[in-house]
Amino acid sequence: MLTVRHLNFNYPSSRPVLKSINLDFRPGNIYGLFGKNGEGKSTLMKIMTGLLFPKTGDCTLDQVSAKKRSVLGLQHIFLVPEDFELPSLSIATFEKTQSPFYPEFSKEQFYTLIEEFKLYPTEVISKLSFGQKKKVLIAFGIATNTKVLLMDEPTNGLDIPSKSQFRKVMASTVDETKCVVISTHQVRDLHSLINHVVILDNARVVFDYALGIVSERLWFGKPSNSDEPSILYSESSFGGKAILPRMGNNETEVDLELLFNGVLSEPHKINTILKNTHDETGV
Amino acid sequence: MDFDNSKPIYLQIVDFFYENILVKRWQEEERIPSVREVAMMVEVNPNTAIRAFNHLQDLEVIYNKRGIGYFVSSNGYTKVLEIKRKEFMEQLLPEVVKKMSLLGITFDELKNAYNQQENEKK
Repeated sequence: MLTVRHLNFNYPSSRPVLKSINLDFRPGNIYGLFGKNGEGKSTLMKIMTGLLFPKTGDCTLDQVSAKKRSVLGLQHIFLVPEDFELPSLSIATFEKTQSPFYPEFSKEQFYTLIEEFKLYPTEVISKLSFGQKKKVLIAFGIATNTKVLLMDEPTNGLDIPSKSQFRKVMASTVDETKCVVISTHQVRDLHSLINHVVILDNARVVFDYALGIVSERLWFGKPSNSDEPSILYSESSFGGKAILPRMGNNETEVDLELLFNGVLSEPHKINTILKNTHDETGV
Repeated sequence: MDFDNSKPIYLQIVDFFYENILVKRWQEEERIPSVREVAMMVEVNPNTAIRAFNHLQDLEVIYNKRGIGYFVSSNGYTKVLEIKRKEFMEQLLPEVVKKMSLLGITFDELKNAYNQQENEKK
Protein backbone atom coordinates (compact mmCIF):
# COMPACT_ATOMS: atom_id res chain seq x y z
CA MET A 1 0.00 0.00 0.00
CA LEU A 2 2.50 2.67 1.21
CA THR A 3 5.95 1.93 -0.14
CA VAL A 4 9.28 3.61 0.54
CA ARG A 5 12.13 2.73 -1.84
CA HIS A 6 15.84 3.67 -1.67
CA LEU A 7 15.00 6.88 0.08
CA ASN A 8 17.74 9.34 1.01
CA PHE A 9 17.29 12.68 2.66
CA ASN A 10 19.31 15.41 4.30
CA TYR A 11 18.52 18.97 5.27
CA PRO A 12 20.70 21.62 3.55
CA SER A 13 24.32 21.43 4.77
CA SER A 14 23.70 18.78 7.40
CA ARG A 15 24.45 15.09 7.75
CA PRO A 16 22.06 12.58 6.15
CA VAL A 17 18.85 12.14 8.14
CA LEU A 18 17.60 9.13 6.17
CA LYS A 19 19.84 6.72 4.27
CA SER A 20 18.58 4.15 1.76
CA ILE A 21 15.28 3.54 3.52
CA ASN A 22 13.08 0.69 2.24
CA LEU A 23 9.76 0.08 3.94
CA ASP A 24 6.36 -1.42 3.16
CA PHE A 25 3.28 -0.44 5.12
CA ARG A 26 0.36 -2.79 4.62
CA PRO A 27 -3.34 -2.36 5.42
CA GLY A 28 -4.83 -3.85 8.58
CA ASN A 29 -1.86 -2.95 10.75
CA ILE A 30 -0.86 -0.38 13.33
CA TYR A 31 2.84 0.36 12.89
CA GLY A 32 4.98 1.77 15.67
CA LEU A 33 7.79 3.95 14.34
CA PHE A 34 10.53 4.29 16.95
CA GLY A 35 13.88 6.01 17.11
CA LYS A 36 15.87 8.29 19.34
CA ASN A 37 15.32 12.03 19.11
CA GLY A 38 16.40 13.44 15.76
CA GLU A 39 16.57 10.07 14.00
CA GLY A 40 14.29 11.17 11.18
CA LYS A 41 10.89 9.82 12.23
CA SER A 42 9.07 13.10 11.64
CA THR A 43 11.08 13.76 8.49
CA LEU A 44 10.02 10.38 7.10
CA MET A 45 6.37 11.16 7.81
CA LYS A 46 6.70 14.54 6.09
CA ILE A 47 8.20 12.89 3.01
CA MET A 48 5.39 10.34 2.92
CA THR A 49 2.85 13.15 2.80
CA GLY A 50 4.75 15.25 0.24
CA LEU A 51 5.67 17.99 2.72
CA LEU A 52 9.37 17.38 2.04
CA PHE A 53 11.06 16.05 -1.08
CA PRO A 54 13.57 13.20 -0.85
CA LYS A 55 17.06 13.72 -2.29
CA THR A 56 16.80 10.40 -4.08
CA GLY A 57 14.40 7.51 -3.96
CA ASP A 58 10.65 7.69 -3.66
CA CYS A 59 7.62 7.09 -1.54
CA THR A 60 4.43 5.89 -3.19
CA LEU A 61 0.88 5.27 -2.02
CA ASP A 62 -0.80 2.75 -4.32
CA GLN A 63 1.67 3.66 -7.10
CA VAL A 64 1.08 7.41 -6.73
CA SER A 65 4.30 9.22 -5.87
CA ALA A 66 4.20 11.51 -2.83
CA LYS A 67 6.50 13.96 -4.61
CA LYS A 68 3.75 14.75 -7.12
CA ARG A 69 1.45 16.05 -4.38
CA SER A 70 -1.47 15.01 -6.55
CA VAL A 71 -5.07 15.04 -5.36
CA LEU A 72 -5.20 11.35 -6.20
CA GLY A 73 -2.57 10.63 -3.55
CA LEU A 74 -3.21 13.31 -0.94
CA GLN A 75 -6.90 12.51 -0.48
CA HIS A 76 -5.92 9.07 0.83
CA ILE A 77 -3.35 10.07 3.42
CA PHE A 78 -3.57 12.20 6.57
CA LEU A 79 -0.86 13.34 8.95
CA VAL A 80 -1.42 14.39 12.55
CA PRO A 81 1.85 16.25 13.15
CA GLU A 82 3.46 16.75 16.52
CA ASP A 83 3.53 20.51 16.18
CA PHE A 84 0.89 22.33 14.26
CA GLU A 85 -0.99 25.56 13.90
CA LEU A 86 -4.70 25.53 13.44
CA PRO A 87 -6.76 28.49 12.22
CA SER A 88 -8.88 30.51 14.64
CA LEU A 89 -12.10 28.97 13.45
CA SER A 90 -14.76 27.10 15.33
CA ILE A 91 -14.48 23.31 15.26
CA ALA A 92 -17.58 23.13 13.05
CA THR A 93 -16.21 25.65 10.52
CA PHE A 94 -12.88 23.84 10.47
CA GLU A 95 -14.68 20.62 9.64
CA LYS A 96 -16.74 22.31 6.88
CA THR A 97 -13.71 23.86 5.18
CA GLN A 98 -11.34 20.88 5.49
CA SER A 99 -13.50 17.79 5.11
CA PRO A 100 -14.35 18.19 1.36
CA PHE A 101 -10.74 17.24 0.55
CA TYR A 102 -11.33 13.73 1.87
CA PRO A 103 -13.88 11.67 -0.06
CA GLU A 104 -14.35 9.12 2.73
CA PHE A 105 -14.79 11.71 5.48
CA SER A 106 -17.47 10.81 8.01
CA LYS A 107 -19.14 13.81 9.59
CA GLU A 108 -20.97 11.59 12.05
CA GLN A 109 -17.76 9.94 13.21
CA PHE A 110 -16.04 13.31 13.60
CA TYR A 111 -18.74 14.79 15.84
CA THR A 112 -19.03 11.58 17.87
CA LEU A 113 -15.29 11.76 18.55
CA ILE A 114 -15.47 15.49 19.34
CA GLU A 115 -18.18 14.71 21.86
CA GLU A 116 -16.19 11.80 23.30
CA PHE A 117 -13.23 14.13 23.74
CA LYS A 118 -15.52 16.54 25.65
CA LEU A 119 -15.30 19.30 23.06
CA TYR A 120 -18.07 21.38 21.49
CA PRO A 121 -18.45 22.18 17.76
CA THR A 122 -18.89 25.89 18.53
CA GLU A 123 -15.57 26.22 20.37
CA VAL A 124 -12.92 28.31 18.63
CA ILE A 125 -9.85 26.14 18.04
CA SER A 126 -7.21 28.81 18.73
CA LYS A 127 -8.62 29.31 22.22
CA LEU A 128 -8.26 25.64 23.16
CA SER A 129 -5.33 24.19 25.09
CA PHE A 130 -2.60 22.26 23.26
CA GLY A 131 -4.05 18.91 24.26
CA GLN A 132 -7.53 19.92 23.13
CA LYS A 133 -6.23 21.15 19.77
CA LYS A 134 -4.50 17.83 19.36
CA LYS A 135 -7.80 16.05 20.05
CA VAL A 136 -9.50 18.08 17.31
CA LEU A 137 -6.81 17.03 14.86
CA ILE A 138 -6.86 13.38 15.99
CA ALA A 139 -10.65 13.27 15.66
CA PHE A 140 -10.41 14.88 12.21
CA GLY A 141 -7.65 12.51 11.11
CA ILE A 142 -9.62 9.44 12.13
CA ALA A 143 -12.82 10.75 10.54
CA THR A 144 -11.08 11.30 7.17
CA ASN A 145 -10.98 7.49 6.87
CA THR A 146 -7.96 7.78 4.62
CA LYS A 147 -6.15 4.60 3.63
CA VAL A 148 -3.10 5.78 5.55
CA LEU A 149 -3.18 7.70 8.82
CA LEU A 150 0.14 8.97 10.14
CA MET A 151 0.40 10.21 13.70
CA ASP A 152 3.48 11.87 15.11
CA GLU A 153 3.56 11.59 18.92
CA PRO A 154 -0.26 11.55 19.17
CA THR A 155 -0.40 11.06 22.94
CA ASN A 156 1.91 14.00 23.71
CA GLY A 157 -0.16 16.60 25.49
CA LEU A 158 -3.08 14.27 26.20
CA ASP A 159 -4.13 13.88 29.83
CA ILE A 160 -4.36 10.43 31.43
CA PRO A 161 -8.04 9.66 30.72
CA SER A 162 -7.65 10.89 27.14
CA LYS A 163 -4.81 8.46 26.52
CA SER A 164 -7.10 5.58 27.38
CA GLN A 165 -9.81 7.12 25.23
CA PHE A 166 -7.32 7.44 22.40
CA ARG A 167 -6.49 3.73 22.62
CA LYS A 168 -10.17 2.80 22.56
CA VAL A 169 -10.79 4.99 19.55
CA MET A 170 -7.80 3.57 17.70
CA ALA A 171 -8.78 -0.01 18.53
CA SER A 172 -12.19 0.58 17.00
CA THR A 173 -11.09 2.39 13.83
CA VAL A 174 -8.47 0.12 12.33
CA ASP A 175 -9.80 -2.38 9.84
CA GLU A 176 -8.41 -4.46 6.99
CA THR A 177 -8.51 -1.55 4.59
CA LYS A 178 -6.57 0.97 6.66
CA CYS A 179 -3.02 1.39 7.78
CA VAL A 180 -1.95 3.47 10.75
CA VAL A 181 1.62 4.57 11.48
CA ILE A 182 2.31 6.02 14.91
CA SER A 183 5.64 7.52 15.85
CA THR A 184 6.16 7.77 19.58
CA HIS A 185 8.46 7.77 22.55
CA GLN A 186 5.56 6.93 24.86
CA VAL A 187 5.87 3.21 24.35
CA ARG A 188 3.83 2.44 27.44
CA ASP A 189 0.87 4.45 26.15
CA LEU A 190 0.58 2.48 22.97
CA HIS A 191 2.15 -0.95 23.32
CA SER A 192 -1.18 -2.77 23.28
CA LEU A 193 -2.16 -1.12 19.99
CA ILE A 194 0.94 -1.63 17.90
CA ASN A 195 1.38 -4.89 15.97
CA HIS A 196 4.43 -4.07 13.86
CA VAL A 197 7.62 -2.30 14.90
CA VAL A 198 9.96 -0.20 12.77
CA ILE A 199 13.07 1.24 14.42
CA LEU A 200 15.26 3.96 12.89
CA ASP A 201 18.81 4.47 14.08
CA ASN A 202 21.76 6.32 12.52
CA ALA A 203 19.51 7.33 9.64
CA ARG A 204 18.77 3.71 8.73
CA VAL A 205 16.03 1.16 9.32
CA VAL A 206 17.57 -1.20 11.88
CA PHE A 207 14.45 -3.20 12.68
CA ASP A 208 11.24 -4.00 10.77
CA TYR A 209 9.18 -6.92 12.09
CA ALA A 210 5.62 -7.84 12.98
CA LEU A 211 5.26 -8.39 16.72
CA GLY A 212 3.78 -11.81 15.98
CA ILE A 213 7.16 -12.93 14.65
CA VAL A 214 9.01 -11.27 17.53
CA SER A 215 6.97 -13.04 20.20
CA GLU A 216 7.26 -16.31 18.30
CA ARG A 217 11.06 -16.14 18.22
CA LEU A 218 12.17 -14.08 21.22
CA TRP A 219 11.56 -14.45 24.93
CA PHE A 220 11.33 -11.46 27.31
CA GLY A 221 11.74 -11.74 31.05
CA LYS A 222 14.04 -12.47 33.96
CA PRO A 223 16.47 -15.19 32.96
CA SER A 224 17.72 -17.92 35.29
CA ASN A 225 21.45 -18.63 35.69
CA SER A 226 21.45 -21.43 33.18
CA ASP A 227 20.14 -19.09 30.50
CA GLU A 228 23.13 -16.81 30.73
CA PRO A 229 25.12 -18.00 27.70
CA SER A 230 22.21 -17.47 25.33
CA ILE A 231 21.21 -13.97 26.51
CA LEU A 232 20.93 -11.63 23.51
CA TYR A 233 20.56 -8.46 25.53
CA SER A 234 20.01 -7.66 29.20
CA GLU A 235 19.30 -4.45 31.06
CA SER A 236 21.62 -5.20 33.97
CA SER A 237 23.55 -8.28 34.94
CA PHE A 238 21.77 -8.91 38.26
CA GLY A 239 18.21 -10.13 37.99
CA GLY A 240 17.39 -7.60 35.30
CA LYS A 241 15.13 -8.22 32.34
CA ALA A 242 16.65 -9.81 29.28
CA ILE A 243 15.93 -10.88 25.72
CA LEU A 244 16.63 -14.51 24.84
CA PRO A 245 15.85 -16.76 21.90
CA ARG A 246 12.49 -18.29 22.79
CA MET A 247 13.34 -21.90 21.89
CA GLY A 248 10.67 -24.04 23.56
CA ASN A 249 9.68 -21.58 26.27
CA ASN A 250 6.23 -20.18 26.88
CA GLU A 251 5.31 -17.20 24.76
CA THR A 252 5.83 -13.88 26.54
CA GLU A 253 4.47 -10.45 25.76
CA VAL A 254 6.95 -8.34 23.80
CA ASP A 255 8.48 -5.74 26.09
CA LEU A 256 8.76 -2.88 23.61
CA GLU A 257 11.09 -0.77 25.71
CA LEU A 258 13.44 -3.70 26.19
CA LEU A 259 13.21 -4.57 22.50
CA PHE A 260 14.03 -0.98 21.52
CA ASN A 261 17.08 -0.83 23.80
CA GLY A 262 18.11 -4.31 22.72
CA VAL A 263 17.92 -3.48 19.02
CA LEU A 264 19.93 -0.27 19.48
CA SER A 265 22.73 -2.03 21.33
CA GLU A 266 22.67 -5.48 19.66
CA PRO A 267 21.01 -4.96 16.28
CA HIS A 268 22.96 -7.72 14.58
CA LYS A 269 22.32 -10.49 17.15
CA ILE A 270 18.60 -9.81 17.34
CA ASN A 271 18.05 -9.40 13.61
CA THR A 272 20.00 -12.57 12.86
CA ILE A 273 17.70 -14.68 15.02
CA LEU A 274 14.56 -13.16 13.55
CA LYS A 275 15.85 -13.36 9.99
CA ASN A 276 17.08 -16.96 10.13
CA THR A 277 13.88 -18.34 11.53
CA HIS A 278 12.11 -16.23 8.95
CA ASP A 279 13.72 -18.22 6.13
CA GLU A 280 12.95 -21.59 7.71
CA THR A 281 9.23 -20.92 7.80
CA GLY A 282 9.44 -19.76 4.20
CA VAL A 283 7.75 -16.42 4.93
CA MET B 1 -7.50 -3.58 31.55
CA ASP B 2 -4.14 -3.61 33.29
CA PHE B 3 -1.76 -5.94 31.55
CA ASP B 4 0.68 -8.24 33.26
CA ASN B 5 3.92 -7.66 31.40
CA SER B 6 5.02 -11.25 31.00
CA LYS B 7 1.91 -12.97 29.69
CA PRO B 8 0.92 -12.39 26.06
CA ILE B 9 -1.96 -9.94 25.88
CA TYR B 10 -4.12 -12.33 23.86
CA LEU B 11 -3.92 -14.90 26.67
CA GLN B 12 -4.85 -12.23 29.18
CA ILE B 13 -7.93 -11.49 27.09
CA VAL B 14 -8.67 -15.23 27.11
CA ASP B 15 -8.51 -15.14 30.93
CA PHE B 16 -10.91 -12.21 30.91
CA PHE B 17 -13.35 -14.38 28.89
CA TYR B 18 -12.90 -17.32 31.29
CA GLU B 19 -13.66 -15.09 34.24
CA ASN B 20 -16.85 -13.78 32.62
CA ILE B 21 -18.01 -17.31 31.83
CA LEU B 22 -17.14 -18.71 35.27
CA VAL B 23 -19.06 -16.00 37.15
CA LYS B 24 -21.89 -16.53 34.63
CA ARG B 25 -21.84 -12.97 33.43
CA TRP B 26 -21.74 -14.60 30.00
CA GLN B 27 -24.16 -17.52 29.90
CA GLU B 28 -24.04 -20.56 27.65
CA GLU B 29 -25.61 -20.00 24.23
CA GLU B 30 -25.51 -16.27 24.83
CA ARG B 31 -23.97 -13.81 22.40
CA ILE B 32 -20.72 -12.25 23.58
CA PRO B 33 -19.23 -8.89 22.50
CA SER B 34 -17.74 -8.69 18.99
CA VAL B 35 -14.03 -8.61 18.18
CA ARG B 36 -14.21 -4.85 17.72
CA GLU B 37 -16.08 -4.34 20.99
CA VAL B 38 -13.57 -6.44 22.91
CA ALA B 39 -10.65 -4.62 21.25
CA MET B 40 -12.18 -1.32 22.36
CA MET B 41 -13.04 -2.58 25.82
CA VAL B 42 -9.48 -3.67 26.58
CA GLU B 43 -7.81 -1.06 24.31
CA VAL B 44 -5.87 -3.44 22.09
CA ASN B 45 -5.15 -3.92 18.41
CA PRO B 46 -8.09 -5.79 16.84
CA ASN B 47 -5.60 -8.38 15.52
CA THR B 48 -4.74 -9.26 19.13
CA ALA B 49 -8.43 -9.61 19.98
CA ILE B 50 -8.93 -11.89 16.95
CA ARG B 51 -6.15 -14.13 18.25
CA ALA B 52 -7.97 -14.51 21.57
CA PHE B 53 -11.25 -15.33 19.78
CA ASN B 54 -9.50 -17.93 17.59
CA HIS B 55 -7.85 -19.52 20.60
CA LEU B 56 -11.19 -19.86 22.40
CA GLN B 57 -12.84 -21.17 19.27
CA ASP B 58 -10.16 -23.86 18.92
CA LEU B 59 -10.87 -24.90 22.52
CA GLU B 60 -14.59 -24.96 21.67
CA VAL B 61 -15.41 -22.53 24.46
CA ILE B 62 -17.06 -20.16 22.00
CA TYR B 63 -18.37 -20.57 18.48
CA ASN B 64 -19.13 -18.31 15.56
CA LYS B 65 -22.54 -17.95 13.94
CA ARG B 66 -21.86 -16.52 10.53
CA GLY B 67 -23.03 -12.94 10.23
CA ILE B 68 -24.42 -12.85 13.76
CA GLY B 69 -21.45 -13.06 16.07
CA TYR B 70 -19.77 -15.19 18.70
CA PHE B 71 -21.61 -17.27 21.31
CA VAL B 72 -20.60 -19.22 24.41
CA SER B 73 -20.79 -22.96 23.55
CA SER B 74 -23.61 -25.02 25.04
CA ASN B 75 -21.08 -26.70 27.33
CA GLY B 76 -18.85 -23.63 27.56
CA TYR B 77 -19.05 -23.36 31.33
CA THR B 78 -17.96 -26.98 31.86
CA LYS B 79 -15.16 -26.56 29.33
CA VAL B 80 -13.80 -23.48 31.11
CA LEU B 81 -14.12 -25.16 34.48
CA GLU B 82 -12.07 -28.09 33.18
CA ILE B 83 -9.41 -25.81 31.71
CA LYS B 84 -9.10 -23.69 34.83
CA ARG B 85 -9.07 -26.69 37.20
CA LYS B 86 -6.31 -28.26 35.17
CA GLU B 87 -4.40 -24.97 35.22
CA PHE B 88 -4.81 -24.78 39.01
CA MET B 89 -3.61 -28.32 39.58
CA GLU B 90 -0.72 -28.16 37.13
CA GLN B 91 0.52 -24.61 37.55
CA LEU B 92 -0.76 -22.88 40.65
CA LEU B 93 -0.64 -25.78 43.10
CA PRO B 94 2.97 -26.83 42.43
CA GLU B 95 3.95 -23.20 43.14
CA VAL B 96 2.06 -23.27 46.43
CA VAL B 97 3.59 -26.62 47.42
CA LYS B 98 7.06 -25.30 46.59
CA LYS B 99 6.49 -22.18 48.71
CA MET B 100 5.08 -24.28 51.58
CA SER B 101 8.14 -26.47 51.79
CA LEU B 102 10.41 -23.43 51.49
CA LEU B 103 8.61 -21.79 54.42
CA GLY B 104 8.10 -25.02 56.38
CA ILE B 105 4.31 -24.80 56.36
CA THR B 106 2.72 -28.18 57.11
CA PHE B 107 -0.42 -29.56 55.49
CA ASP B 108 -2.25 -29.34 58.85
CA GLU B 109 -1.45 -25.66 59.17
CA LEU B 110 -2.78 -25.12 55.67
CA LYS B 111 -5.94 -27.07 56.49
CA ASN B 112 -6.59 -24.98 59.60
CA ALA B 113 -6.05 -21.74 57.72
CA TYR B 114 -8.38 -23.00 54.98
CA ASN B 115 -11.13 -23.95 57.48
CA GLN B 116 -10.79 -20.62 59.24
CA GLN B 117 -11.24 -18.73 55.99
CA GLU B 118 -14.26 -20.81 55.06
CA ASN B 119 -15.83 -20.13 58.45
CA GLU B 120 -15.26 -16.41 58.17
CA LYS B 121 -17.12 -16.45 54.85
CA LYS B 122 -20.21 -17.79 56.62
